[in-house]
This record gives sequence, C-alpha cells and structure tokens, in this order.
Amino acid sequence: MAGRFIEVENLGKVYETAAPGTPPALQSVSLAIEQGEFVAVMGPSGSGKSTFMNIIGLLDTPTSGAYRLNGRDVAGLTTDELAHVRNRVFGFVFQGFNLLKRITAGENVALPMIYSGVSGGERRRRADGLLARVGLAPYGGAMPNRLSGGQQQRVAIARALANQPQLILADEPTGNLDTQTSVEIMDLFTQLNRETGVTILLVTHENDIAQYANRLIRFKDGHVVHDGAVVHEEALP
Amino acid sequence: MNLLAVVREAARSLGANKLRTALTMLGMVIGVAAVVLMLAVGSGAQNQVNRAVSSMGSNLLVILSGSTSTGTLRMGSGNAPTLTTGDAEAIARLPNVQAVAPTFPGGAQVAYGINNWGTQVLGVTPEYTAVRDWPVESGDAFSETDIRSSTRVALLGATVVEKLFDTEDPVGKTIRIRGQPFQVLGVLKKKGQSLDGRDQDDSVLVPITTAQSKLFGNRFPGTVRFMFVQAVSQEATSAAENDITLLLRQRHRIQPDADDDFTVRNLTQVAEAASQTARILSLMLGAIGSISLVVGGIGIMNIMLVSVTERTREIGIRMAIGARQRDVLLQFLLEALMICIVGGLVGIAIGVGGAFAVGRAMQIEVAFSAWVMAVAFAVSAATGIFFGFWPARRAASLKPVEALRYE
Ligand SMILES: Nc1ncnc2c1ncn2[C@@H]1O[C@H](COP(=O)(O)OP(=O)(O)O)[C@@H](O)[C@H]1O
Ligand SMILES: [Mg+2]
Repeated sequence: MAGRFIEVENLGKVYETAAPGTPPALQSVSLAIEQGEFVAVMGPSGSGKSTFMNIIGLLDTPTSGAYRLNGRDVAGLTTDELAHVRNRVFGFVFQGFNLLKRITAGENVALPMIYSGVSGGERRRRADGLLARVGLAPYGGAMPNRLSGGQQQRVAIARALANQPQLILADEPTGNLDTQTSVEIMDLFTQLNRETGVTILLVTHENDIAQYANRLIRFKDGHVVHDGAVVHEEALP
Repeated sequence: MNLLAVVREAARSLGANKLRTALTMLGMVIGVAAVVLMLAVGSGAQNQVNRAVSSMGSNLLVILSGSTSTGTLRMGSGNAPTLTTGDAEAIARLPNVQAVAPTFPGGAQVAYGINNWGTQVLGVTPEYTAVRDWPVESGDAFSETDIRSSTRVALLGATVVEKLFDTEDPVGKTIRIRGQPFQVLGVLKKKGQSLDGRDQDDSVLVPITTAQSKLFGNRFPGTVRFMFVQAVSQEATSAAENDITLLLRQRHRIQPDADDDFTVRNLTQVAEAASQTARILSLMLGAIGSISLVVGGIGIMNIMLVSVTERTREIGIRMAIGARQRDVLLQFLLEALMICIVGGLVGIAIGVGGAFAVGRAMQIEVAFSAWVMAVAFAVSAATGIFFGFWPARRAASLKPVEALRYE
C-alpha cells in the first residue's frame, strides 16, 4: 500500500447550516501525518479543530480538497468501507466520553469488537486486558455513571484501543477533567504512543497538555497557522 | 457482525433499558388485550343470541290470549282465555300457515324415585316439536291417540332428565307429575337458553288435553293460553300475521272499532331486534377495544419518540466505533420486533384469560377469533416497529458526527 499514512490537500469545509457570509470552518488545509506521530492540535475556540478531527476520523466529509488514507482517496469509499476503517484503523476518544450509559464499562470496551466479528468469549477476555491496560482492571462490571470522569475517559481509551487501531483521534479528551486527572490521561496517551507506536492526534486548549506531543498543529479561523515540532519546555533555557 | 451477535445486542439493549422496554410492552399489552377481551365478550354475546334465535324455531308467530294494545296484557285471573282449540284449527287452514301449536302451560313438581324437581309443564299437540324445531332425541313423540285419549305420557327436556335420572335411560320409566303417574315416551334434544335467558330444557311436554283435563284443570274448557304458528316461509310471516288477525277478529266477532282480544307477535322481528342489539353491543365493545388499541399505540409512539435523542446519540457512538448502517438497523428492528412479539403474546394471553374470567364471573359466553387477535397484534406491532425503527433509520442515515451531535 503506497503513500503516506494520512495526507490532506487543500481541505475545506463549509457547513450547510452555517449562516451566510461566515467564513469556511476549514480552508485549504494541507498536511501529512506519519505512523507513530503524536500530534497536538491547538487553536482558539471555533478555529476548526473539531471540524478537522471529524473529517480525519471519517465521521464527517470535507466540502473541498482531498484526503488520502494510506494512499487511497477516502472520497471513493462506500459507507460500509468507512465503517470498516472507523472500526479497525481508528479509535475515538471524545471530550464527553460518549460511553453507552446503560451497559457496563467492560461491555463498552467490547463494543467495537462486536462489529469486527470477535467472538463473545474472546471479546470479554480482550476487554478485561484493555481495562487492565488503562488501570481499571476491577471495574469491568461497573456502570459508566458509577465511575469518575477520569475513569470514564480511561474506559473510552480502552474502547478506542479495542481493535488495535493505527490512529487514535482524541478531541479535547481532558477538557472535562481536572488537572491531576488530565496529567494521568496524558501520561497514558504518551505511554501508548511510545509502547505500541499508535499514532495520536489530540486536540487541546492547554499548552501543558500539548507538551506531551512531539508535533504541534495550530489552527486559526479555519487555517493551519503553525505546524512544527513541539518545543519542550524542559529543553528551554 | 453476525446475526447471532446482533440478536444478542438487541436483547441486551432491551434488558439495559428496562423501563423503556416495559412501557413499550405495556402499550402493546393494553391495546391487544383490550381488543381481544372486548371482542371476545361481544362475539360471545352475539353467538349466544344467535343460538337462542335459531332455537326458537323458524318463521314463528306467537298468539297470546288478551290484548296488549292498551299497553298491558289484559289477561287477569278472572278473565277467560280468548283463544280456543277451534281458533287453532281454523288458523291451521290458512294458506300462509304451515302448522299451529296451541299450548297450555303450567308449573308442576315432577318426581322420579327419590328425585324431585319443580319445572314447567307444557300441554302441547304433536305439531309442537316440529314448530319449535325441537326433535325427540330418543324414544317416541306424541301420537294423535295420546291427544284424543288424554293419556298420561310425557316428553322430558334435557335438564329435567338430568335432575331426575342419574344414569338410567328415562324412556319407558314412569315419573310422577303433581303426584300422577306419567310414562316417559321420549327425551327431547338439548335446546339451550331462550332469548330472555331461560333454560328451555327445563320443561316437560304432555298432551294438551291431558294438561287441560288432568293436570291443571281448566275452568274454561276448550281454551288455550297461547299458540305458536309457523308460517310457510320467512316472507309469509307478515301475511300470516294479517290473515290471523282478520280471521280471529271475525271468529271472535270483534266490532270494527274495538280492540283485538288477542295479540300476535312476529318472533322473526323479535329475533331480528335481538340480533341487531347483539350486533350493536358487539360493535360498541369492538370500538372500546379499538380506542384502547389507539391509546396503547400512542403510548408506544411516545416512549419511542421520547428516547429518540438518546437513541440517536447511541447510534452515533455505534457508528463512530465501526457499526455499519445495516448492523444498526438490524439491531433496532430486532429490538422493536422482540418488544412487539412478547408484548403481543402477553396481550393476547391477558385478553383471553380476562375474557374467560369475565365470562365466568358474569355467566356469559365468550368467543375468540384468531382474526381479531391477528389484527390487534398487527396494528400494535406496526406502531411499535414503525416508531421504533423509523427514528433509527433516520439516525443511521445521518453522518456519524451529526448523530453524535443530536440534541
Ligand atoms: N454543525 C455545524 N454547523 C454549522 N457550523 C458549525 C458546525 N460545527 C462547527 N461549526 C462552525 O465551524 C467553525 C469551526 O468549529 P469547530 O471545528 O467546532 O471549532 P473548534 O473545535 O476549534 O472549537 C465554528 O465557527 C463553528 O461555529
Ligand atoms: Mg471543538
């Protein structure tokens, strides 16, 4: 499979529901992301970060430009193929966790494996392993609303890892968490990136959080205004 | 994702949303049970009336002594019955009349061995069993000789047989009516209830002459209380009614401006009125059932629509983690189907059980129709499936990001 992992060219998005005269939510975004990168996406509120994430995650479609995944233009994928990519290649972590609240943490983690055809016993076994991986081994039977925000986000991360994805998309994963918990979650992402080589694309408002990444993309008014290596604070004089 | 996994996922989802599942099912149960119950009672009543009507005998008129034109039946104890056996013979010769059965009724205590029973004894002629469509099931009917010689013979209704005889065959046995010995000639076929709910089998038939002269005594010899007249056809009943009125007025020498001293009732019309009433009752009960069906349907609809937001977001989450449209649709369709099938079956069970309970408590007949159950089931199920599946279909056709954002 030729081509780079993720490559977007002149990506643009105009929401149909946007008021007339408002500038596009995303304009001529061109960039590439390689396997194994840990990318932080920053920018003021309304600058197009979520729009970008949703398009990259195949949850939404651009109105202009091209998006190639592993060299293949995703515009040509059928809805079933898109679902397959979301299931096998991507893992999502949302600001609001987006767990199914009426099933247990373990069942939530196992959910993506239902759609990838993993058998019931194997699903449970793997879900237990994943919960242990995010430090929640004893909580498989707990309902999500019995868990703290940080724990719920860990469950969501375990779910994102269920089918061994190549890319984790996390849109403000620490936005609803306190500082201490945020640090723990970011440590978990860093660890995952280092140990498994999974690519991480993570939106954050906070510079502290961005410090965990090794590349920073900064948005403003739908444009990419900065794209470069993160200058780690400890490296500063 | 294989079918079994989807079925499990649907079942788990129902189990996880117990309140929603229970309320939706409740709507289904209420609708189906009400329809099944109401219509079971309605068609049971209709059956009962129809059977009573057909047990009356066909194309019948009944002629009573005394007039009802002033509102009440003028047949006080002092008054002589105005109808005579001569009237009966004259009516029998009318062209529109097939047969006439003059009747002389009375109450009596009947006994066999140590068994004793109070019943209605009808003095009748041999025509009676034909006119009332009430055949002798075993043994023999009366002969003309029995009438002429006022013999003490009797035909027993099924209830009387049951009360007097345990296992013995009554035919040929001698019973006592008002202390007098009567030989049982035969047993009448079971007839069931009359329109006014009386047990028609609780009767004993004896020759009319025997009733008049030996059992009840007759202060006015040659008179009868009432007679059944069978017209030659359904269409002839009205003509026969007119002919009889004219004939009797003539025979009784009633002045043109005077009231009849007898009453003719067309039982065909009575039967029609009763059937009509039963039909209306049945329709009303059906309407009540249908209203419940609609109410149940609205309940189902509300529950389904109330949960659209939650379910749309759920679909968004499922799609974000890799569910295909068809996985989601199949799951939601199965959920709706499971609710409807279980709810429908429970509804039918409650409807049937309830109908039996009502039937027993009120001593009425209930009748079930697979067709009614199928329609009630189908209507509720269609509501449930439509409102369960259609929002899911819409949600699944959204982009995942739109479903996730749904408020
Ligand atoms: N569904 C939508 N319909 C219309 N406009 C939208 C929608 N989502 C986002 N926008 C607009 O697009 C722009 C970018 O939004 P977003 O990508 O959510 O920014 P960010 O995540 O950086 O805060 C904003 O001006 C926002 O108002
Ligand atoms: Mg955002």
